[in-house]
Amino acid sequence: MESKPWFYIGLAILILLLVSALFAPVLAPYDPTRQNLDNDLRTSSKANPLGTDKLGRDILSRVLYGSRISLLVGGTTVVISLAIGLAIGSISGYFGGRADQWLMRLVDILMAFPGILLAIAFTAVLGPGLDHVILALCLIGWTSYARLVRGEILALREREFVQAARALGCKPGRVIARHLLPNLLSPLLIQATFGLAAAIIAEGSLSFLGLGVEPPTPSWGSMLNDGRQFLLVAPHLTTYPGIAIMVTVFGLNLVGDGLQDRLQAR
Amino acid sequence: MKRYLLQRLLFFLPTLWGALTLVFLLIHLVPGDPIEVMLGETASAADKEELRRSLGLDQPLMLQYQRFFTGVLSGDLGSSLYEQSRVSDLIRARLPATIELTLCAMAVAVAISFPVATFAAVNNGSWIDRGALLFSLLGLSLPNFWLGPLLMIVFAIQLGWTPVSGRGGLEHLLLPSLTLGVGMAAILIRMLRASLLQAINADYIRSARAKGLSEKAVWLKHTLRNALLPVITIVSLQFGSLLAGSIITETVFSWPGIGRLTVQAIQTRDYPLVQGCVLIIATSYLLVSLLTDIFYHLVDPRITYGK
Repeated sequence: MESKPWFYIGLAILILLLVSALFAPVLAPYDPTRQNLDNDLRTSSKANPLGTDKLGRDILSRVLYGSRISLLVGGTTVVISLAIGLAIGSISGYFGGRADQWLMRLVDILMAFPGILLAIAFTAVLGPGLDHVILALCLIGWTSYARLVRGEILALREREFVQAARALGCKPGRVIARHLLPNLLSPLLIQATFGLAAAIIAEGSLSFLGLGVEPPTPSWGSMLNDGRQFLLVAPHLTTYPGIAIMVTVFGLNLVGDGLQDRLQAR
Repeated sequence: MKRYLLQRLLFFLPTLWGALTLVFLLIHLVPGDPIEVMLGETASAADKEELRRSLGLDQPLMLQYQRFFTGVLSGDLGSSLYEQSRVSDLIRARLPATIELTLCAMAVAVAISFPVATFAAVNNGSWIDRGALLFSLLGLSLPNFWLGPLLMIVFAIQLGWTPVSGRGGLEHLLLPSLTLGVGMAAILIRMLRASLLQAINADYIRSARAKGLSEKAVWLKHTLRNALLPVITIVSLQFGSLLAGSIITETVFSWPGIGRLTVQAIQTRDYPLVQGCVLIIATSYLLVSLLTDIFYHLVDPRITYGK
């Protein structure tokens, strides 16, 4: 697939997502939690372009505000997972030895579970809520970054420029931060893009199961869950949040693929 | 071979131990008093004490841990709080439905991905190839909690071709297995296409062409056969992911399997049942990985451990 135009399409989708998340209060015609029971389950109209849900809330406003939750959960999960993975992967890869063995065994154990199963199990016991979702996703998310960083550092640590830095008396922290990290940016950026897509889908899955953000906060997953009961009479309740999540993840995958082609080819 | 098996088992056992420990700790992660969470604040003190005793939560942690392990090893996963039966019996009753769904989803994934990937690789660089990659990217972007309702709206509600939900004949299986299989098909298309393109550039393919074999024979007898090996591993490893994915798909289609049982257990805060379901899915995932690795080593003895 010619990656260039697709990469830009992906980028455009991401910018759109970012704009709708940042400017949701300006763009949304109504308060996403405002109920109007006289106006429930309506299809599109001038007043409500995407219709209304079972409580008469405006779907367009809820989809726009839902992008905030997706980005917030996805972004926070990626940043925290990346930070933990970077720290553990660096220690493991640079120092090796016992610490490496134990840390990588922990990674193996966590990776032995299908990620979403662990996230479901954690949120099931911790209870629903935004912070619990982020916590559960970070608990499983950091492992792939740790493994990636460890692998890259193992491959780099005997290279001449690293040996030279060590010979000049650089401390391990400085060698990692100044000499190794810049070489890790490309693979980490690619991993983070795909990680963001995975986190958005995972948040949607948890919210769909009723384990994500608590009502009435709008989230695409919980909107899909609410709409499921009305598939026969009001299929638009599931259509729009579904399209939103699919387009977002598709955009991220396009950008991830494009980055992979550009950065790894170098 | 013996050495490989031993090494693989040495890796498997601590991982299994770690997974079991995590499942054991789940109930202890419940914020506050798990008994209060399960029974609600209005339950009487006597009921709470009774449940605490029956779950063994009144015992020291190490003793609970020991009992949990002894129970798991003897196939005893405790009792469900609300279903009045043993967790192992409930799981046994639901397992066939999940295995049926998972195997059908795998079949759907293979049936979609093999022709698409082969066609894409044969026409490498053409619009067919680009279309196949785009299709696979779309498949990866479709969460099954949306694809399920979407298929339901179109094929069950609008066209009336399939039942809306539940388990029964082959027609009941169609939409759930398609929902579960599309994501895996998307991964397989990318893997198999890459694998085929790698194989087609190998020296033995050049030799096969040089000795005058037809293009069809080159692709089917040499390229596809060699490209299949890594793909077989992915297919088997994805079995575990499908098991986990079945949690959502079974919920969407009211499919009476382990996934739906897990969600029901979560909704009723039946933690012993949640533990049992998570344990079964995780252990199946680990066992399938182990068997795949061993099978892969048998097929291709060049594969070694941890290199």
